[in-house]
Amino acid sequence: MSSVAPPAPPGSVGERIAHGWSGRRRWPLVSIAGAALATAGVLVPVAFLVVQAQDSGWGALRRLLFRHSTAVLLWNSVRLTLACTLLCAALGIGAAWLVERSDVPLRRLFSVLLVLPLGIPDFVVGFGWVSIDPALHGYPAAVMIMTLSLYPLVYLPVAAAMRNLDAGLHEVARSLGQSPLQAFLKVTLRQVWPAVLGGCLLVTLGLLAEYGAFEIVQYQTFTVQIFTEFKLGFDAAAACGLSLVLVLLSVAALGGELALSGRGRAFRTGPGATRIAGRVRLRRWRWPSLAALAALVGLALGVPLGSLVYWMARGNSSTLPSTSILSATAHTAEYSAAAATIATALAVPICTLSLRHRNRLTILIERLAYLPMALPGLVVALGLVAFSVRHALSLYQSAFELIVAYAILFLPLAVVGVRSAMAQAPPGLEEVGRWLGSGPADVFRRITLPLIAPGLAAAFALVFISSATELTATLLLRPTGVDTLATQFWTYTTNFSYGAAAPYAGLMVLISAVPAYLLSRRMRAVAGGRP
Amino acid sequence: MSRLLVSGLWKGYGEQPVLRGVELDVPAGSLTSVLGLSGCGKTTLLRVIAGFERAERGEIDLGGQTLDDGRTYLPPERRSVGYVPQEGALFPHLTVEGNVGFGLSRSERRSDTVAELLEMVGISALAGRLPHELSGGEQQRVALARALARRPQALLLDEPFSALDATLRAHVREEVHSLLREQGVTTVLVTHDQEEALSLADSVAVLRDGEIVQQGTPAELYERPADERLARFLGAVNVLDATLLDGSAETPLGRLALRGGTAASRSGLVMLRPEQLDVRPAEGANGEKGLSGRVELCRYYGHDALLHIRADQPNGSELLLARVHGEGALPVGTRVLVSAHGAATAID
Repeated sequence: MSSVAPPAPPGSVGERIAHGWSGRRRWPLVSIAGAALATAGVLVPVAFLVVQAQDSGWGALRRLLFRHSTAVLLWNSVRLTLACTLLCAALGIGAAWLVERSDVPLRRLFSVLLVLPLGIPDFVVGFGWVSIDPALHGYPAAVMIMTLSLYPLVYLPVAAAMRNLDAGLHEVARSLGQSPLQAFLKVTLRQVWPAVLGGCLLVTLGLLAEYGAFEIVQYQTFTVQIFTEFKLGFDAAAACGLSLVLVLLSVAALGGELALSGRGRAFRTGPGATRIAGRVRLRRWRWPSLAALAALVGLALGVPLGSLVYWMARGNSSTLPSTSILSATAHTAEYSAAAATIATALAVPICTLSLRHRNRLTILIERLAYLPMALPGLVVALGLVAFSVRHALSLYQSAFELIVAYAILFLPLAVVGVRSAMAQAPPGLEEVGRWLGSGPADVFRRITLPLIAPGLAAAFALVFISSATELTATLLLRPTGVDTLATQFWTYTTNFSYGAAAPYAGLMVLISAVPAYLLSRRMRAVAGGRP
Repeated sequence: MSRLLVSGLWKGYGEQPVLRGVELDVPAGSLTSVLGLSGCGKTTLLRVIAGFERAERGEIDLGGQTLDDGRTYLPPERRSVGYVPQEGALFPHLTVEGNVGFGLSRSERRSDTVAELLEMVGISALAGRLPHELSGGEQQRVALARALARRPQALLLDEPFSALDATLRAHVREEVHSLLREQGVTTVLVTHDQEEALSLADSVAVLRDGEIVQQGTPAELYERPADERLARFLGAVNVLDATLLDGSAETPLGRLALRGGTAASRSGLVMLRPEQLDVRPAEGANGEKGLSGRVELCRYYGHDALLHIRADQPNGSELLLARVHGEGALPVGTRVLVSAHGAATAID
């Protein structure tokens, strides 16, 4: 990459090529500005978390972190994370194997149904269960509800990995004396291991960030306690101090995933086509397997949706959804669309730099853009509050700040969407554009943009859905007197007005279920899915 | 050492039969090659022998033990059959050592067995590497050592050299061949490469449309193919009109000995390989016999050259292929006399 372009006679094609190259090497200013803005957005909340936490002095912080109740919170968070992650892994792997590798009936239907719980916000799942059985509370309820809403995060990547599994390795293991089960454990599971770990990481991060569902089942985790300290105790320093622990836990989860993925690779060693394995015949296990899948979908999808429908039918008679549902929908759509636009716009320069001008700094910028994955919404919100209270009071509880929080929180989703599209757009085409006499801006508009448009759409959709169903940061940052679908639902739910709450949840599910369905179909297509 | 016997084997996917009564005899300790075009059922045959697929009808027998006869079926892990798939299929998460020792018991892994196997295939220095750090040839050797580790009675190789580039292929092929000779393991090598099958195998079986059309030594197949299609599949041929007599054939290139001759005189077709044709410049060939013609094309390969010769026939012209030594290559347009040596093979 560091070779010097050979001198070319003036006016020749060679000179134009040489110019094209040097033009490509120079970092476009626009990209740098965008990436810098995004990086600042990610780092500012964390920095101000630290500033705010040591506001009342290190001694106070130490007392807070080492008191008994903090240890209880830590134990609660850890045992919940362990149980849920293991259960999600078991359910995700099992369901993925049945749908992708066995001859279970109705598998195409299940491949869609199994993903749909992703479209239902966790706190709506919690509402669904608790509203029909108020006795549900504490650790068992928290484990059950979170497992049922998060297992698709393991199912989705593992199913994609199993769909294109190379049959050769399993067969070789069989010919080397391993039984089918031994071969599955030693070889097949190893092949999909990165997908399993990636899914488990997402589950862990989701658990650490969750507030609403745990509040509903009265289970105390760090996030719940932080929210209570801040909103009810008005103790910003304590909230930020505990948030630091939460960030550390998330970072530990990230590190754990890296360590566990190990030095072995999952890619195939030889060139040439992969031969896809045939499906395993379940024989007499066929119908029991179908029943198991049906039970999983029934619990994860049927119960929450069923109870929503039940409460809507009940609620319509007493509490008609007033104009507030219209204004809440409008606010939700407005904030989410703005956040999705900003996040997608920031993802483009980040990906441009890291893919087209790859070096240590640009790779670091891209990694930093993934940092919010480990930052619970509550933490980003607290960091932004700390920042605005000190340096920009006019921003505090403004719509703008809420939109910025969404954009920061869901920037990783936007980067994922844009990156995959941009990585597939060959840079050679952009060079050809430059030879043909277009400037950088012109090339971006006429060549790059049309090529990455599907990725931009996916990024926008992902950020939009996530913002529309975000609860925790919204509760903290929303402008006074303004309600979104999530906050209005929350107000009704905490007042036990289930009938009034249900339509808001229904709208959120509609908003997110449709793109979630389209996304799962897109994933099938991208993974080269077979019927 | 065990003999592998496949008889009357049927296997299909859905309605489509892939193997239709395959008969294959792999003598103990021999290397038998199954040769066929892609899609002829070669890989399916190997997979049924290995036990990855079940036979519908027929029988597979290894050293007196029935592996599959359509009713009883021995799962792959209980067959003493080693398998080297295309591309090697090494476990990407295990080192070379881990791959080779995969099928061994814990105590065997701790003993010198793995080291000896690595030594045997000449990759001792790579024991700690991961598969993606190996070249294609090294990967093939690891796959082979892994398959031989359990001392299988039979070894199945599925196009093991096709992924290697041409120079490496010849080299690895030689090494594998001499290694298998040393080990004396009964081996089935599946390939679509005629040269590979003819040069490596003790016995070649040609699989076409799910049936073995002929099995024999390489020379038998090359010299006495069962039909014209098979003759052309194994190499270039000249097919000539001839009058067949008992033990000889009268051809445009003269009278030649006849293989598979008939007792009664009749007209028919005979086959001659290009290397059986002798070509001399017509100029200065005083009174020598031969079919006269003209060089129309000369493909020069260095060690030899293939001439396309347009013969002056009273009843029109015929294109003859002649393989000559490299120094015998003649410029296009040269007038030549063509004769033949060796025996002609009658074909139907």
